[in-house]
Amino acid sequence: MYDYTDFDREFVYGRVAEFREQVKRRVDGSMTEDEFKPLRLMNGLYLQLHAYMLRVAIPYGTLNSRQMDQLAYIADTWDKGYGHFTTRQNIQYNWPKLADVPEMLEALADVGMHAIQTSGNTIRNVTADHFAGAAADEIEDPRPTAELIRQWSTDHPEFQFLPRKFKVAVTGSPNDRAVTKAHDIGLRMVRNEAGEPGYEVIVGGGLGRTPMIGKVLKDFLPKADLLPYLEAVMQVYNLHGRRDNKYKARIKILVHEESLETMQARVAEVFERIRDDFEVPQDLIDHIESGFQQPAYKSADIAPVFDGALRSFIDTNTQPHKNPDYAIVTISIKAIGQTPGDATSDQMRVMAQIARDYGHDELRISHEQNVILPHVHRADLPAVFAALKDAGLATANVGLVSDIIACPGMDYCALATARSIPVAQQISEAFADLDAQRDIGPLKIKISGCINACGHHHVGHIGILGLDRAGVENYQITLGGDGTETATVGERAGPGFAYDEIVPAVQRLITAYLDLRTSPEEEFLAAYRRVGMAPFKAALYPEQAEKANAA
Amino acid sequence: MPKPFKSQIVTANDLMMGDVIYLTPEGGWSRDHADAIVATSQDEADELLAQAQAQQLKIVGPYLAEAVLDDAGRPGPVHFREAFRTRGPSNYHHGKQETAAV
Ligand code: SF4
Repeated sequence: MYDYTDFDREFVYGRVAEFREQVKRRVDGSMTEDEFKPLRLMNGLYLQLHAYMLRVAIPYGTLNSRQMDQLAYIADTWDKGYGHFTTRQNIQYNWPKLADVPEMLEALADVGMHAIQTSGNTIRNVTADHFAGAAADEIEDPRPTAELIRQWSTDHPEFQFLPRKFKVAVTGSPNDRAVTKAHDIGLRMVRNEAGEPGYEVIVGGGLGRTPMIGKVLKDFLPKADLLPYLEAVMQVYNLHGRRDNKYKARIKILVHEESLETMQARVAEVFERIRDDFEVPQDLIDHIESGFQQPAYKSADIAPVFDGALRSFIDTNTQPHKNPDYAIVTISIKAIGQTPGDATSDQMRVMAQIARDYGHDELRISHEQNVILPHVHRADLPAVFAALKDAGLATANVGLVSDIIACPGMDYCALATARSIPVAQQISEAFADLDAQRDIGPLKIKISGCINACGHHHVGHIGILGLDRAGVENYQITLGGDGTETATVGERAGPGFAYDEIVPAVQRLITAYLDLRTSPEEEFLAAYRRVGMAPFKAALYPEQAEKANAA
Repeated sequence: MPKPFKSQIVTANDLMMGDVIYLTPEGGWSRDHADAIVATSQDEADELLAQAQAQQLKIVGPYLAEAVLDDAGRPGPVHFREAFRTRGPSNYHHGKQETAAV
């Protein structure tokens, strides 16, 4: 865990004090809403449909138990006893009151957290592989890199008013769990021919209105060059990115309109110029790295598992750890019919306690809206499972049809064009039986409540986009999306479905898949890639298929 | 031909509490959509919005929304977004529905 230095602490508390004064001035009328709005947004405070919303950064998704307990305390004290974990490894409180927000920010600062740069046209919370530091396939822990970027980008004077928001994701593994190709900048740790670790720099990925898969800006960047290189990319973007049209302002449009080669040349030119002035002090690097040491692994006898429910949980919700005696446990906060990403304060406290008792005090939030215990000794899995079960947190559905990503949609979000949460809840209920889910196999359904695509629908195997069609909610389906190292934007299946038609449509898709797969080993995405859109389209639009057959 | 004017109300969020509110005929704010003052012409709508905007100390984010009158002449929401705002989210019994008399 990265420990705040005195400088970090002073900075964060300083911002809280500043914001407290700003709120006061807004309330007593010495500041208008037009003046106040950019200030509240800089501190993560949005105005949503029914209330304000406070978005808190969880840098690279990492939390310790004390921080998780504090999130629970904040939920109980100033909100409605729960929080919503988002696809950008943030947590959102949906019901804060304006006067309470400085208190909430202070409570966050007490545990080394904040809401800075969770909004605005700045470099946002840097996300990372949620298995970072634990994954068996990892080249290096990406979090020291993410922390370095966080420090460089926080309050960076030149990058507070970019043409548009800017999202960075880092992974240390060849298996991309951080959706790096759908970020403004994605960093993938790779090794060069000499075996030294560095980064493949991907630029210009993004979802939203114009979904694009990122392109390789540099295939190998030595670790030491990271900050000057990122600074160079940001300078080029800041200068050349479009400011005339907000829909064309992301770096992906710049890369697309001016070509990757132009981007590479411009970045190289700036990089050469600034590189020598850019020395990151070694003691800073050492301090950061000291926060991400391997845990003090224990040894214990691992008993064979006979219990069926525990076996299923282990099969579905654990992943290989770099230490073979350990496992990575994913806690699904998507019990059947629940809101994806929501955890009650009681559940947060249970997860924090389990992390203390069995998890080397570490927790992670995944962009898939689950909570991870990255380091659990296999001997402790029965106890962890039992504790989770008592708290209603042991649903063995990770990676299955009910492990759905859904953005807040029109139940909360002011930008939404339709609801997403109830669609997710109904799909989850329609496939409630876990054995049936396991039979269907790995399947990623992702739902967004508007074209901004916070629910990553473009990279869902089945993507659902909620729209407003002439004053009625309407849902468009995309198929074949993929958010991993083989990233692909899904293909639109055809006309949208009404609110009460969307769940049956998804059911038809899955029935069609079960009918056409060559064996249970052929997963949904593989089957789609083999057969293409046609059979799925026929299942989605049976009337049209019949007509075509009759003709 | 100009489009026929559709009845509108002014809605916003309460500055301190954040909850959804509606401008009333008295120039105050109600939490109940049915209490809203209805503009029947564009001029009137603009006027009401300006009146709302002048109340920065009480509210945040005012805007005009289309409304439809029931048999008793009380305005209700037209678009589903505004209908949701009169209730609260669909996943929990929070927001207005939490405190509603029904
Ligand atoms: S996708 Fe749209 S509706 Fe969903 S959270 Fe993002 S902006 Fe809101």
